[in-house]
Amino acid sequence: MEIVKTGVSRRKVLAGLAGGSALAVAGISGFPGILRAQTKTLKIGTYGGYFKDSFDTHIFPEFTKATGIDVESIAQPTGEAWLVQLEQAARAGQAPADVSMIAQASMLRGASAGIWAVLDAAKMPNLANVKPAFINKYADGGVCGVGAVTWYITLVSNTDVIAETPTSWAELWKPERKQQLGLLALASNSFLLDITAKTHFGGQEILDTEDGILQVMDKIAELKDNVQLWYRDEAQFEQALKSGEIPMGQYYHDVAGLAAADGYPVRSTFPQEGGINDAGSWAVSKASDQLDLAHVFIDFMSQPSIQSLLSRKVGTSPTIDRAATDLTDDEFASVSSEIDPIIPRYDIYLEKGDWLAQKWTELIVG
Amino acid sequence: MRIKPRNASDYALIAFPAGMLALFFVVPFGIMITVSFFQRVQGAFYEPAFVLENYARFLSMFFAGILGFSLGLAALVAVICVILAFPFTYMLTRQSRRVQVVWLVFLLSVLSLSEVLIGFGWSTLLSRTAGITNLFVALGLMETPMSLTPGFGAVLTGMVYQAFPYTVLVLYPALSRLDPTLVEAARTLGSSPARSFFNVIVPALRNSIVSTLIMVFVFALGCYLLPQLLGRPSQWTLSVLITDQAIYQSNMPFAAAMAVFLVLVSLSFVALALLVGKREHTG
Repeated sequence: MEIVKTGVSRRKVLAGLAGGSALAVAGISGFPGILRAQTKTLKIGTYGGYFKDSFDTHIFPEFTKATGIDVESIAQPTGEAWLVQLEQAARAGQAPADVSMIAQASMLRGASAGIWAVLDAAKMPNLANVKPAFINKYADGGVCGVGAVTWYITLVSNTDVIAETPTSWAELWKPERKQQLGLLALASNSFLLDITAKTHFGGQEILDTEDGILQVMDKIAELKDNVQLWYRDEAQFEQALKSGEIPMGQYYHDVAGLAAADGYPVRSTFPQEGGINDAGSWAVSKASDQLDLAHVFIDFMSQPSIQSLLSRKVGTSPTIDRAATDLTDDEFASVSSEIDPIIPRYDIYLEKGDWLAQKWTELIVG
Repeated sequence: MRIKPRNASDYALIAFPAGMLALFFVVPFGIMITVSFFQRVQGAFYEPAFVLENYARFLSMFFAGILGFSLGLAALVAVICVILAFPFTYMLTRQSRRVQVVWLVFLLSVLSLSEVLIGFGWSTLLSRTAGITNLFVALGLMETPMSLTPGFGAVLTGMVYQAFPYTVLVLYPALSRLDPTLVEAARTLGSSPARSFFNVIVPALRNSIVSTLIMVFVFALGCYLLPQLLGRPSQWTLSVLITDQAIYQSNMPFAAAMAVFLVLVSLSFVALALLVGKREHTG
């Protein structure tokens, strides 16, 4: 039998791999644990990527400066993936983050499963600033979430490829948009049912019945030839939009605005029917033992000055009355619009969620 | 000669791997089967129960179609990988040790790439704005650059790319152990190189080929990111839909039921392949 003679033996490679990963593990989990013992630290989850980076750079340092509480910033995935993790964590009694930013549909789902800690409004005087619509409550009136930011999903286009600014969501249905669109892949994150109902059926009332929803879905089915990419992950579409590979679609107004500010040929338009307005709330996992620090954090984030800072640095729209902020007209216009927004019908995504998801998959895949 | 283990200490050696297997495979799989019978709570998560509705929901023409496509795609990936990797690995084993090591290290480095990197890499390579068709245009082979992704070809390319190094690494030991005198004998008896490859080498390694096909098939069946990144919705495999249910709909019981079904179907395919292989071998 031939004996392998090489410079690097298999054993050495394996030893190297083991050593490397041991170092990596130590780097991730070991040292922060030592630090945590000495200082007050709050684990805060925000959407990974640009969003989290902005919080890390502009928002969390302000919080630490004002309160002395350190922030361990956690990147959380968009969609319900994080909710599933929090739910399982609640069962296990261990929180991957103390405070998380949670979109409205997930807030409701989490509330009906009872995974959020009840918050004490009396400990958060700045809650008075937040619009009542953005305070999430349990059925018995207990506060379980506080509006952190709101954001818009708008009609975006690549200015190199599409010269004329589109004005209506109806643009998506035009024959010349064949294979040019990038749309979110799921009923519950694209809110295309709401958009289509408002654009083609005179309002969201048609979504009251299953027959009405199916009619709206038939209209959405007409889009299939125009859609080049049904995306789940923002990054998938962002790159294609910037390069003009996929020159039009629905996307987040804040991120599109930042891409434009970075010099990419991207524009975000509030269509005449309105952009989709969704909000993220701060919610505390029941498994967290840092409820006191969480109160301090949520109160801090509800201050008018911080809400203004969020609009300027993160590109989100405030959850407090605009008059209370010190945003200029231009600053406000860049994160919001005078046009009435489309507020998603969260009720149907929860009450008919499974039926909707099944019909939607059949619509897109079939 | 086979030596039978005599006392408990002889078994101790395998206790550790057996324990690991139980802890990290049997237990999670058991949890998954349990959850697949739980009651889904619409608008929330799920609660313990024993219901069959998660399986009942799966039994439809719609999911049958998806399952058929997923199995077909995985089988195609396996066949293409083996067709490409078998001659490649054979030629590789005829090279000097130094050349072999360079190739194997290269293949291992491809293995170190995550599915995400592979997916985004290929979607750029196959794009209209930055992809290989621009190169074809520059060479005068095409009129205008075009987009090759998303589509079936893109999914297939991505998955074959991902599975190819595994295929080579699985075939490598068998091919490098192959007795070179077999081919020499065939050549001496007047067989052409191609003829001796197909009539001597391939039959001699039939079992390795079958087991490699099965391994790549199972590997490809679990792939959920590439069909999602490189495919159109009609190319989304069952694994993609399982992910959607688990991650985006928080419907663990239905996701678990689909996953259990997928495991059972793929296990029965593996059993079938082994059975057919055995019969051919003995017959």
